Amino acid sequence: MSQIFGPGATTAARLALPSLVIVPAVILATLIFLRWTDYATGEGRIVDQNVPFSHRHHTAEIGIDCRYCHSSVTQSASAGLPPTETCMTCHSRLWSQEEMLQPVRASWESGERLRWNRVHDLADHVYFNHSTHVTNGVACTSCHGAVGEMRLIGQQEPLTMGWCLDCHRDPGPNLSPPEQVFSPIPPREAKVDAAAIHVLLEDYDIDSSTLTDCTTCHR
Amino acid sequence: MSATDAVLPDRAPGRLTADVADPLLRPRFGRIWWACLILCLGLSILMVVSLVVLVAGGVGIWGINTSNVWGFALVNYVWWIGIGNAGTLISAMLLLTRQRWRTSINRFAEAMTLFAACIAGLFPIFHLGRPWLFYWLVPYPNTLGLVPQWRSPLVWDFFAIASYILFSLMFWYTGAIPDFATLRDRAKGRIAQVAYGILALGWRGSARHWQTWQSYYGAMAAMGVPLVISVHSVVGMDYAAGIAPGWNESIFPPYFVVGAMFSGFAMVVVLAAIFRRALNAAHLITDRHFDVMGKILLTGSLIMTVSYATEWFYGWYSGEHAEQHVVATQLWGDFWPLYWGMLAGNCIIPQLYWWPFFRRHLPSTILIAIAINIGMWLERVVITVVPPARGYLPSQWSSYWPTLWDWALFAGTLGFFGLLFTLFLRVIPAVSIHEMKEQVAEEAPT
Repeated sequence: MSQIFGPGATTAARLALPSLVIVPAVILATLIFLRWTDYATGEGRIVDQNVPFSHRHHTAEIGIDCRYCHSSVTQSASAGLPPTETCMTCHSRLWSQEEMLQPVRASWESGERLRWNRVHDLADHVYFNHSTHVTNGVACTSCHGAVGEMRLIGQQEPLTMGWCLDCHRDPGPNLSPPEQVFSPIPPREAKVDAAAIHVLLEDYDIDSSTLTDCTTCHR
Repeated sequence: MSATDAVLPDRAPGRLTADVADPLLRPRFGRIWWACLILCLGLSILMVVSLVVLVAGGVGIWGINTSNVWGFALVNYVWWIGIGNAGTLISAMLLLTRQRWRTSINRFAEAMTLFAACIAGLFPIFHLGRPWLFYWLVPYPNTLGLVPQWRSPLVWDFFAIASYILFSLMFWYTGAIPDFATLRDRAKGRIAQVAYGILALGWRGSARHWQTWQSYYGAMAAMGVPLVISVHSVVGMDYAAGIAPGWNESIFPPYFVVGAMFSGFAMVVVLAAIFRRALNAAHLITDRHFDVMGKILLTGSLIMTVSYATEWFYGWYSGEHAEQHVVATQLWGDFWPLYWGMLAGNCIIPQLYWWPFFRRHLPSTILIAIAINIGMWLERVVITVVPPARGYLPSQWSSYWPTLWDWALFAGTLGFFGLLFTLFLRVIPAVSIHEMKEQVAEEAPT
């Protein structure tokens, strides 16, 4: 009977057998790793808008408060997007012939609202409430980054569940005193003072024992 | 001892090899095999269609509701994993206790186990509703910042079944390596030679190979015995960890393990009969084998009867109205035909095995085994459907009725099992040639 396999068959088998384990393991490890990359989380992603609105200019440079446009942020789950009328309080006079603002004027004339593209997009099964965060010391910039430094708004944080839980498990270090909550640029010095954190937790009356209940965010 | 009494064939080892191996190497396999294959293929397509419809439409296409959240998915899961229990029992426990008669049936019983366990695994995964996220049951580093909920029986299930399937696959495959080598050496066609050659992993039958193989196989068998107990205990705990009356009972794990062996052995009897007929192998699987398996089924039936009686006793002794109500509902409520059918199939009909005639008369023994399989399936229906439908809150009382898609998926999995088994009979030696020859050689008069 002739040989079925050539002389290299043993080597081939010795390579093939471990790779039955190694190849799937490497593929799985890669897939797991990819979930942390900016590509998967969207961190650092800048979204094109119909009107290139500069948060840096409107907040840090000329000093408009966040709540002037996002007016429902302290009362409701959604921070709210301004109606065209809000834009036109200034832009009916300022830069009123500017080409860049043509969509705003078109919206004003037609009554059809401006279409903004969502930057911070949470999964539909997540219940996120803006008001409960900003009235309990979580600053706008804690999640949205230094908005006052961004020409075009981009996603600054990974917005993964693990990232949410980092803070929900230990909210203290991310709290700001009330006067800093709506600051467009976070204070430069990191606040690591344990006593200060304790005071903030007391002042805001935060009970962190329930913050990681499933139903806190998944209702 | 007459020929039909022997557990080992009265043949020379060389002829045994030919008996088992040669049919596999023939280019044609007969019309009946093709008919089975096409029938099972059709049902398998039905399975795929029902799974696609399920994923597209969501679990609402099933008959489940807010009280009966499990329904057929769990019924069939438990039934299939129960059938999958006997293979490891036969291969591991009977190997360690040196039951000589196991060599004729262990290979296809292990195949049955593997196929049934894989099919069983489909049900809980598709019952998740978003089956593509099943890997959330695995503790892996993730961006969710979470590990699985260790208090959830679903997670225990995942580990129990995954380790069981992996074990079954490895044990089955390594047990067959010497037989693959036999087929490689007897094959005439190039494709068969290479295919069996790769599966044989360079097996040459040297003393060193045999020594390594035997210590490995014995060690695996010893590791397999706890798995026989663990996998179905965990299934029992799926129920026992729930707080519904009729579920929250500490007897569930052992009662489920015995039930699993019972249904698994009944399925082995059915498959052994089909196999014996299909491959004309009355000398390999003798009447004596059916006799022994009949005794095991009889024992199982008695234990199941005691378990049911214990449940009735618990219901009464607990003094708990809800428990008593569940027992009463099972016995006399809307589902009474199912419960009495279960008692008939699991407790009453198997009593025929007291008579040697019924253990050895092949048509009777098959009919009894089929009755047991139906009885065990009804048991899972009754256990899964009645307690949540009659829980502590009367406002949550409900009824459960499977839909067309429930039935389609169940029928489809039966066909898929048949398909895998039909293909298995075509390409893999259904009887362990080397173990059989070893037994024959050991017992040959010198």
